[in-house]
Amino acid sequence: MTLAVEGLDFHYGDAQALAGVEFTVPEGEIVAIIGANGAGKTSLIRAIAGMLKPSAGRIRYRDQDITGWPSHKVCEAGIGQVAEGRQIFPTLTVMENLETGAMIPRGRARFDANLARVLDLFPRLAERRRQAAGTLSGGEQQMLAIGRCLMGSPELIMFDEPSLGLSPAMAQEVFRIIRALHEQGLTVVLVEQNVALSLKLSDHAIVLENGRIAARGTGAELLADDRIRKAYLGL
Amino acid sequence: MAMGRATRMLIGLMVALLLAPFIGNDYLVSVLILCLFNAYLAQAWNIMMGFAGQLSLGHALYVGLGAYAGGALFFHYGTPPWIGMIVGAAIAALVGGVIGFLGFRFGVKGVYFALLTIAFAEFTRILFDHFTWVGGSSGLYLPVVRADHDNLLLLRGRPAMFYYVILGLSAAVFLICHRILGSRLGYYWRAIREDQDAAQALGIDTFKAKMAAVMLSAALTAVGGVFYAFYTNTLYAESAFAMHRSIELILGAIIGGMGTLFGPILGAFLLTLLGELLTRLAENFGHGFEGVKQIGYGLILLVIIALRREGVWPRLAKRLGLDGEKAS
Repeated sequence: MTLAVEGLDFHYGDAQALAGVEFTVPEGEIVAIIGANGAGKTSLIRAIAGMLKPSAGRIRYRDQDITGWPSHKVCEAGIGQVAEGRQIFPTLTVMENLETGAMIPRGRARFDANLARVLDLFPRLAERRRQAAGTLSGGEQQMLAIGRCLMGSPELIMFDEPSLGLSPAMAQEVFRIIRALHEQGLTVVLVEQNVALSLKLSDHAIVLENGRIAARGTGAELLADDRIRKAYLGL
Repeated sequence: MAMGRATRMLIGLMVALLLAPFIGNDYLVSVLILCLFNAYLAQAWNIMMGFAGQLSLGHALYVGLGAYAGGALFFHYGTPPWIGMIVGAAIAALVGGVIGFLGFRFGVKGVYFALLTIAFAEFTRILFDHFTWVGGSSGLYLPVVRADHDNLLLLRGRPAMFYYVILGLSAAVFLICHRILGSRLGYYWRAIREDQDAAQALGIDTFKAKMAAVMLSAALTAVGGVFYAFYTNTLYAESAFAMHRSIELILGAIIGGMGTLFGPILGAFLLTLLGELLTRLAENFGHGFEGVKQIGYGLILLVIIALRREGVWPRLAKRLGLDGEKAS
């Protein structure tokens, strides 16, 4: 297992956002996390990323117990994150955004190779490298957010709602890129509101409801599950 | 390209400023000292807010700490101000570090963090007002030596000497800012300023980077405070730590352009010259115009917020063909 989450609890004040969440992400797979707004998907990602301190439970990555590690150590261990809402640095140029993604030691060590890979994957960014990131279109900003994350040489990337606010065509493009990264050997954790697409793409998936895992299985199994189809696919 | 227009213009400006005392009279020199002093402070403040996005509304705290550290050491032990600057900078960095730690560790953000900085400044002002070792509320007076020869070691002498000292300090801070902005720390700061969450997600140790910004900004501000003590020779807690000083040193940076290298300098010059002009006018019209400087500041701030939210400098830099220069 690359990533293993065991009995994870998290509280926002009195409210319990995560309760006993348990799942694993095998090396090289895509694992989707689906669920309604407020189900705890983003909390789960942020807890793994070291941006929230869980109140109980363990997070293991490869051979290390990374529970409670600060986010910069989690990144250095090889877990990258493309956060919800893109979060690019608007007044910095495209190039400066990419450089900022390469500030951790493992990113600096492979800067040239990573930059070549990112610009190859996203030729649009190469054309616009001197432009302020805030002037890019929504789709281009998402590309930049993904490219910036890749600059840190992650081995596992967590995507939080990568297609949010994008046109259907652009969302397809983002999914195509995630698949391409997966084929290059990256392990992926995918949080998506587009349940049909993400279940099709993923090897395994978990369904979060009110901070608990309500269902789990392969993407195909969940797509065939009546309850899931009713609740999340509106069928 | 690298040694392009911006560098040439800066050198030209520096030469003009170096020659100014030979051309102008004592009045001009005194106004320019004020301009440069404010430019120095605005640049130091800009490190924290302009680069790292952490708002301090209490920077007079560090001016006062530096002024009193340098002033009291000289008053009691005859310690040269250059040593006083090191001591003052260390004290301010420590206090800044405490404020930063409280704010950043316990998630006191934005406006609440700014309130914390004000609280510390005000509390320290009252403390120094009762601190008899530094004269308490009756003030601390630095011994003035005969003013017809300059002693650079002890910073006792004529206005022209002070002029060159503050010019040197301002230029030094400019170079420091320039260097840091292009360094890894500069990237951390700007990333935090733009989106702290994203910076953290990329593996930037935001706590450490913010602490560095606060402590450096505080230390540099305190060095300015030491200069202030030796230039004015008189220290009152009431004025050294005054709230209005905290505000004024911010205005220059906002008007010029926060986060840019040259904006705070330009803004401080504009604001100081305007203030001087208004004060002069008010004097000519006699009494009844006491607050005219503050009203002027208020008006110019309104205009800037309405028309040039990003400050005067970014647009001017574009006009001068400098917009390609990194972070100019």
